[in-house]
Amino acid sequence: MSDTPAGFRLVQENDKDALLVLSGAWVQGSNAGDFAALDGQLHPGTVARLRIDGEALLQWDSTLVAFLLQCHDYCATAGIELTSRNLPPGAARLLELATTVPPRQQAAGPRGNWLASLHPFQLLRNATQILRESLAFTGEVSIALTRLVTGRSNTRFQDFRQFVYQAGPEALGIISLTSVLVGMILAYLGAVQLQQFGAGVYVADLVSIGILREMGVLMTAVVMAGRTGAAYAAQLGTMQTNQEIDAITTMGVSPVEFLVIPRLLALVMVMPLLTLYANLLGIVGGGVVAGGMGISPLQYVSQTESALALNHLAVGLAKSLVFAVLIAVAGCRAGINSGRSSAAVGDAATAAVVTAIVYLIVADAGINILCQQLGI
Amino acid sequence: MNSGAAPGPHIRVRGLTMAYGSFVIQRDLSFDVGRGDIFVIMGGSGCGKSTLLKHMLGLIEPAAGDILYSGENFTGASAQQRDAIRRRWGITYQTGGMFSAMTLAENVALPLQLYSKYSRREIADIVAYKLALVGLAGYQAFYPAEISGGMLKRAALARAIALDPEILFFDEPSAGLDPISSRLLDDLIYELKESTGATVVIVTHELPSIFAIATNSVYLDAASRTMIDYGDPAWLRDHSQQPVVRDFLTRGGSPAKTTAARSSHHE
Repeated sequence: MSDTPAGFRLVQENDKDALLVLSGAWVQGSNAGDFAALDGQLHPGTVARLRIDGEALLQWDSTLVAFLLQCHDYCATAGIELTSRNLPPGAARLLELATTVPPRQQAAGPRGNWLASLHPFQLLRNATQILRESLAFTGEVSIALTRLVTGRSNTRFQDFRQFVYQAGPEALGIISLTSVLVGMILAYLGAVQLQQFGAGVYVADLVSIGILREMGVLMTAVVMAGRTGAAYAAQLGTMQTNQEIDAITTMGVSPVEFLVIPRLLALVMVMPLLTLYANLLGIVGGGVVAGGMGISPLQYVSQTESALALNHLAVGLAKSLVFAVLIAVAGCRAGINSGRSSAAVGDAATAAVVTAIVYLIVADAGINILCQQLGI
Repeated sequence: MNSGAAPGPHIRVRGLTMAYGSFVIQRDLSFDVGRGDIFVIMGGSGCGKSTLLKHMLGLIEPAAGDILYSGENFTGASAQQRDAIRRRWGITYQTGGMFSAMTLAENVALPLQLYSKYSRREIADIVAYKLALVGLAGYQAFYPAEISGGMLKRAALARAIALDPEILFFDEPSAGLDPISSRLLDDLIYELKESTGATVVIVTHELPSIFAIATNSVYLDAASRTMIDYGDPAWLRDHSQQPVVRDFLTRGGSPAKTTAARSSHHE
């Protein structure tokens, strides 16, 4: 093998013709085909015909054909007549294959960069869009529920037990952990303050009312939004990707009736039970901390008993029903409106959790204000 | 472009048994794929065609037997040796397998960035060339979700040939394509093989494709759970000793026979 350096040479033959001589081994790492260098030498005014000569070529790979393709495209736009000779037969055929279909001129649609997505107006528009979709979706769910009540619904209840199991018993572990810890945290916070006034025993009131009305149900809801809401979004998003939702729609069945209602009802059924369980464990957790601060278990229990009132419990349970609906609607809406790719399913799961948590906090604030006004 | 070809078959499968647990899918498969062959793995639905391909790709381990690439044992190779062998392959999957979070250009560029010594500029040039080769010039900035199914198959092919592979594997390349697109894809596979000298292994049951491009084939039988014939499909159609294979390759008998059977039925 001769040691000809890999590269090209442009020879101006006369005022119309130019000859491009390719030589050496055009392979990976040879850095032979820098089209920008050739572009600088070629002037459409001085060249009307370009001949490529590949006689001095040794080995070649995609580098060569990629370069030839650029020459071809350049000449096509600049109106230069391009001919070639002595190219390796494989390379010539590949070039021919690559140039059979003309390149698409129109670029892909505009893509927002990440900075543009932080623009306040854009953020507001996204938020209103999600809100509008959620409202529309809530409407669809209401219609489906009405049909369910009137007995004209195609809701599939075979999977209902499975959904209840996934949302309920399988979540007990994490609910136990969070509610015990939240009870303990509340007790710590309260005990430190109350002991300054010698009112340490009232930590039981603080924990039980705080857990029953607020923290038990809110923590349960946040956990369920991350666990079950995201799972619903991922399930329905994947079904959208697999065209399962299309299949259901074309069978004349509403996907909301068929897929969303059983999930929604499962969550609505399970959430109050989980909340009761979380309330109990939260109060127990508070008792552990209170015990550590010198309040006897008996004192704690009797103080809790006197603080317990039905209205506190009822407010918590009412919230749990509202939160269950919000979580299911946020999760299923994100899933059903998901795009059809793996990235879109990921986005749907994220949207499910984020919107669910926003709804939870807003609804919680609203319910608290309402209770305040009504004196519950 | 052709590497100094070592003598002997490019791929050799020896006594391969495929099983999920104790359930045997196919046993005693032994065949060779020559250099530059277009080799078709065929058989009825559910006979284990795709499973055989997954074994050849090392996605599933064989229950028994070996697979050799250019004389190197792939089945017994270490993870590093396997990666070195795999780097010389290009693969397209049944549903494309394009990364949906990346544009077509990023998809095709990925193997180049991982395994080649090309500079950024060269990679961009080669991506443009590979996409042009499959008729998708100018589609660099599109996401897989934005193009049609046929285009997706071709884009997957562009990614498979990014590194100028020595062996190309196709799992049902023309499934779901219209006859013209399917024909164009066959032509493309044939041209690529002719121009680059690559060996091609295809799983398919599309008869027009099989007769148009295949040079060699193996037929897997679902009933006896082994290969029952091996050879050029056009020759097998007329000369196979196995009625099942002849039936498969003639869609269950010659058209004349079917018409005759139908008319006799009507009488």
